[in-house]
Amino acid sequence: MEHAVETTLTVNGIEVTRRIEPRRNLVDFLREELGLTGSHVGCEHGVCGACTVRVDGEIVRGCLMLAVQANGCKVETIEGLSDSGELARLQKAFHDRNALQCGFCTPAMLMAARDLQLKNPKASREEIRTHLSGNYCRCTGYQAIVDAIEDVLHG
Amino acid sequence: MGKAELPLHAPGTQLDKGYIGQSVPRANAQRLLQGRGSFTDDLIFPRLAHVAFFRSPYAHARVKRLDFKRALRSPGVIGVFDGRAVAEYCKPWMGVLAHLKGIRSPEQHAIAIERACWQGEAVAAVVAESRGQAEDAVGLIEADWEELPAVVDMDEALAGKVVIHPELGDNICFKREHDTGGVDEAFAKADVVVEETYNFGRHTGVCIEGRAILADYNAGEHSLTVYHATQAPHMMQDIFSRHLGIPEANVRVIAKDVGGSYGIKVHVYADEMATAALSVMLRRPVKFVADRLESFLSDIHAREHKVKVRLACTKEGEILAFDLDDLTAIGPYSVYPRTSGIEGNQVVNLTGGPYKHQKYRAKMNVVFTNKNVTCQYRAVGHPIAVALTEAIVDRAALELKMDPAELRRRNLIPDDAYPYTFPSGIKFEKLSHHRTLDKLLELMDYKSLRAQQADFRKKGVTRGIGLAAMIEVTNPSPAFYGVGGARISAQDGATLRFEPTGMVTVLCGVTEQGQGTEGIFAQIAASAVGVTVDKVRVITGDTGVTPYGGGTWASRGAGIGGEAVLLAGRALRSNILDVAAVVLKMDKAELDIVKNEVVNRLTLEAKLPLAELGRIAHFRPDTLPVDFQSELTVTRSYTPRQYAFTFSNGIQASYVEVDPETGFVKLLKHWCVEDAGTVINPMLVDEQIRGGVVQGIGAALYEECLYGPDGQLLNGNMADYLVPMSSEMPDIVCAHIETPTKQSQLGAKGVGEAGTAGAPGAVMNAINDALAPLGARVTAMPFTPERILVALRKI
Repeated sequence: MEHAVETTLTVNGIEVTRRIEPRRNLVDFLREELGLTGSHVGCEHGVCGACTVRVDGEIVRGCLMLAVQANGCKVETIEGLSDSGELARLQKAFHDRNALQCGFCTPAMLMAARDLQLKNPKASREEIRTHLSGNYCRCTGYQAIVDAIEDVLHG
Repeated sequence: MGKAELPLHAPGTQLDKGYIGQSVPRANAQRLLQGRGSFTDDLIFPRLAHVAFFRSPYAHARVKRLDFKRALRSPGVIGVFDGRAVAEYCKPWMGVLAHLKGIRSPEQHAIAIERACWQGEAVAAVVAESRGQAEDAVGLIEADWEELPAVVDMDEALAGKVVIHPELGDNICFKREHDTGGVDEAFAKADVVVEETYNFGRHTGVCIEGRAILADYNAGEHSLTVYHATQAPHMMQDIFSRHLGIPEANVRVIAKDVGGSYGIKVHVYADEMATAALSVMLRRPVKFVADRLESFLSDIHAREHKVKVRLACTKEGEILAFDLDDLTAIGPYSVYPRTSGIEGNQVVNLTGGPYKHQKYRAKMNVVFTNKNVTCQYRAVGHPIAVALTEAIVDRAALELKMDPAELRRRNLIPDDAYPYTFPSGIKFEKLSHHRTLDKLLELMDYKSLRAQQADFRKKGVTRGIGLAAMIEVTNPSPAFYGVGGARISAQDGATLRFEPTGMVTVLCGVTEQGQGTEGIFAQIAASAVGVTVDKVRVITGDTGVTPYGGGTWASRGAGIGGEAVLLAGRALRSNILDVAAVVLKMDKAELDIVKNEVVNRLTLEAKLPLAELGRIAHFRPDTLPVDFQSELTVTRSYTPRQYAFTFSNGIQASYVEVDPETGFVKLLKHWCVEDAGTVINPMLVDEQIRGGVVQGIGAALYEECLYGPDGQLLNGNMADYLVPMSSEMPDIVCAHIETPTKQSQLGAKGVGEAGTAGAPGAVMNAINDALAPLGARVTAMPFTPERILVALRKI
């Protein structure tokens, strides 16, 4: 930890300050140091999307951003967006449609879905499928996920 | 009305069905939706250490020297161990089963000793305070290697010029031949004989959660608690016990949330055994989570078959015989304890499965190679058997100039022909091929779709329609593993406990990896007992708590675990009514349970809330007759025994557009009609089928573990190994025929693998249907743009 860098960021509305090794990525920091295990590690090279979190309003890969880069940033995770109720409609639609099986990709899938809802609230089915292409799901056939998001956007 | 005329809850009556057949959202999804699940990597214990493995960079090499000096000095390192050190604590194993006659495999150790047989096989382990520190130290291990000749190609493996395990004499792990007799005669008298060779690429499951294990040895009581992302906790309990020398009663395996499994997490992995051994050695908890690169190198792979198949038929389109020659390569070891001989064995069992021909001959060789091991992954053998059967049937249809649906209609086993013994020896209780075909053709509006396809062809748009009929092994009896000596339970038990509050707790040996097992158990229990589904809690995945059972594999969860829950639920209902009868001083036959109340069976008048009954039974039994003892915890078990397997059946269709300029395939739509017997929750069943279809599409179009000639995995990461994405996938239409199995009262067959079994064949036939007018045909999966352009002679 001799090269650790003091870093201050806001996570789910709470300011935290930690000395962080420069090589530590954001998702490992959130999981291992803050105990926010809802963001998952799937591939560690920015492909599967399971580590998606929101930083200053934009969704990012938690495995491709270093934790020290989040200095001064506002970071939001599945736990925060669940507690604030921001994801409540999407979560209900996912539940009603069984738009998840093992649930490992699900928190990130919800982050991506919320991002679409904010940026393109009238997205078509094709646009939903395209928007989710950075989030792999290996259990469902994606269809229930697309159905659930469609329910929220057009319901 | 006399008592005998009171309405009874006879099995199968509508009243008894309750939640069966309803799309109830599953309760355990709620925590996952909030990121509040509990996956193995989420667990953190005091004194938790982390292990990282030093893996062979070569496909085949002797380890001449390992030097740990620098690694041991690296910050945070607790210990560095080679294969010999770990072998002191963990006995080796051999992946063979007695009923696969002649199957052979060398001994395999938790950490390889002296020799690595595939790129990625671990030869040393570093334990450190953090995973990062362990990985740092792995980079400091020095090794001298002597490269050995690697056997990479399966034909070369069969030829055996280089033998991987000299003590075995050749590279053959297992072979099987099957012959009904009369095959040559059938081919001699056939009007049409078609022959083709199909290649199936090696691929893997790509669970988004890597394999994960946290082993926690307690030296004080010589006990081991293992938190494990596994499908089979009791199987692993037995294995940890026997190989680590800890009494089985002292081993507890807990599978909390598991992030995808699909067969990947049902096997014994050397690095996971090493992790458990290291926990014993170091007397502290040790965690291992396979990262993505390790997953590609060490999660079991599957498929890799080359199959020559011939079909004989009359000019009227009557199929007379199939003749099969399958070659499959499994890596350097047969995987323990299920063996790597099962997939080839299934190809022999299942080829031609939906059809009524009587003559069948098959030859199959399973060979060792210096690539990662292969073993049972979702639908085991079915995708191969279905695709090659359906492709050669379509090839025959081309020769006969007959519509593929019509050729199938003429040859599918009639729906009234059951019970039926298939020429490979497998037995079908009751299938519904013709009903599923009819339903499929209606669902997809086959005639209109053919007309549409013809119109598009006139416009120069290359579209194709492909069908794939299938049979699927579900609910395996002990004939699958137990008879071969594997300590893998085919039986499952369920315990139902009636709580003082009127709640029902279900404990079952079948595990949950997202299929909705716990959800359907709640539906079954609620229906059987007479409570609302919100009054049921389900606990699975803990050998310390649940009845013994096999876990989740071979589409057995609903059919076997579900039946145990149903039987236990009916027994519990009866026991609750015994209490109600003494409390109410009424005849038990006059009482029933409906929506959490004991009611008068005839008038449905509410007599006693279950919460009140629970209070009396648990806290005031003194108010009951002195000779009465309530029994509000019951356990029932179920093993399928009448048939080796409960076969389900179905048929899929794919509609694709091929771009002849780029070779890209666009999936336009996909249909699946499945007969899985009683459907417990249509919503869960449909999305599980869709997920299976998408994995099958992955195999058909994208997924392949590519190896270089030196046995190096070329695309072992998610960027280079392609899996289906949402934007590429079509909408998938599901429908059902329900032919309940009569072996159980629930009547459920399995559904988890059907999608994966049939989709590759359907997509293959659709692509070839599209390519046919262009004089091209593809036979090697995955059907990449490159392969399609080669077939079109564009490159």
